[in-house]
Amino acid sequence: MPTKEEVYEKIKLALVDALGVDDDEIKPQATLVGDLGAESIDFLDIVFRLEKAFDIKIPRGELFPEDVLTDAKYVKDGRVTDTGVAELKKRMPFANLDEFAKNPIVQDFANVLTVADMCRFVESKVQVAG
Amino acid sequence: MRWFWIDRFLEFESGRYATAVKCVSLAEDYLHDHFPQSPIFPNSLVIEGLAQTGGLLVCEHNQFTEKVILAKLPKAQFFCEAKPGDVLTYKATIEYENADGAAVSATSHIGDRLQCQAEIVFAHLNAPWLGTFFSPEAFLSMMRVFGAYRVGHAADGSPLLPPPGMCTSAKQFRDEQLAALPSGIDP
Repeated sequence: MPTKEEVYEKIKLALVDALGVDDDEIKPQATLVGDLGAESIDFLDIVFRLEKAFDIKIPRGELFPEDVLTDAKYVKDGRVTDTGVAELKKRMPFANLDEFAKNPIVQDFANVLTVADMCRFVESKVQVAG
Repeated sequence: MRWFWIDRFLEFESGRYATAVKCVSLAEDYLHDHFPQSPIFPNSLVIEGLAQTGGLLVCEHNQFTEKVILAKLPKAQFFCEAKPGDVLTYKATIEYENADGAAVSATSHIGDRLQCQAEIVFAHLNAPWLGTFFSPEAFLSMMRVFGAYRVGHAADGSPLLPPPGMCTSAKQFRDEQLAALPSGIDP
């Protein structure tokens, strides 16, 4: 059973290898897209590394529910509707979406996910010691 | 010129690894421009050869049911140049795979010397427009041209065969392979 620190270190290694960034750029509050430069295809690589490192399965859309952002039911005029924000919060309990919810522009959503969110996501999939 | 950047497979174990060779020849046109009087096999074509080796490995393992696309090179490091007369030995190993794609580690050697080390991420795409370019038959044809079914085996050690639906029978396929050999060669 890994500790929170061990989860963080493994995620850090996965991000360094997948994104070609330096160790010291990985901070809990760093956003994957804005701060670490992740592009859409990097999420596939990151998911591979996390699944392998933690022996877990991450179904498509679980870490990054992009289907919500392309669903006319949840998006209007380039903004996520209140129902859409509620759906995102339901699907992403590991992420803090309060700031995004204040001005939910679809294009800005890519920059929501942080390293700390990713840690909480993995912790929700593996049993963590302590 | 055909977009074939390996000459043939040397080993092929379904779902695990494959090795292939690329013989660099001064008869290949592009070497006279890359560079005049100083031909060097382009590193980008080494990557393409590694991707063809690994891509067919991934493709075969999912029975040619997915369109396998080179999505990303997380790492590619070159240690020396390849020149006419060199025989590059490529090895691709599946490190991880799931329904969305696969991660492959790959190396290129000239003799015992490591020439390139790379990681390749392949994605499975289902965009309909890709159908024309990524027909299962085209991949099967490449596998045959590269000799994968002559040297390959399944994880249990049995001979590698195309998916049952892709040729009428294993015997027919074998007969076709034999018919394609020059006369006088006994495999």
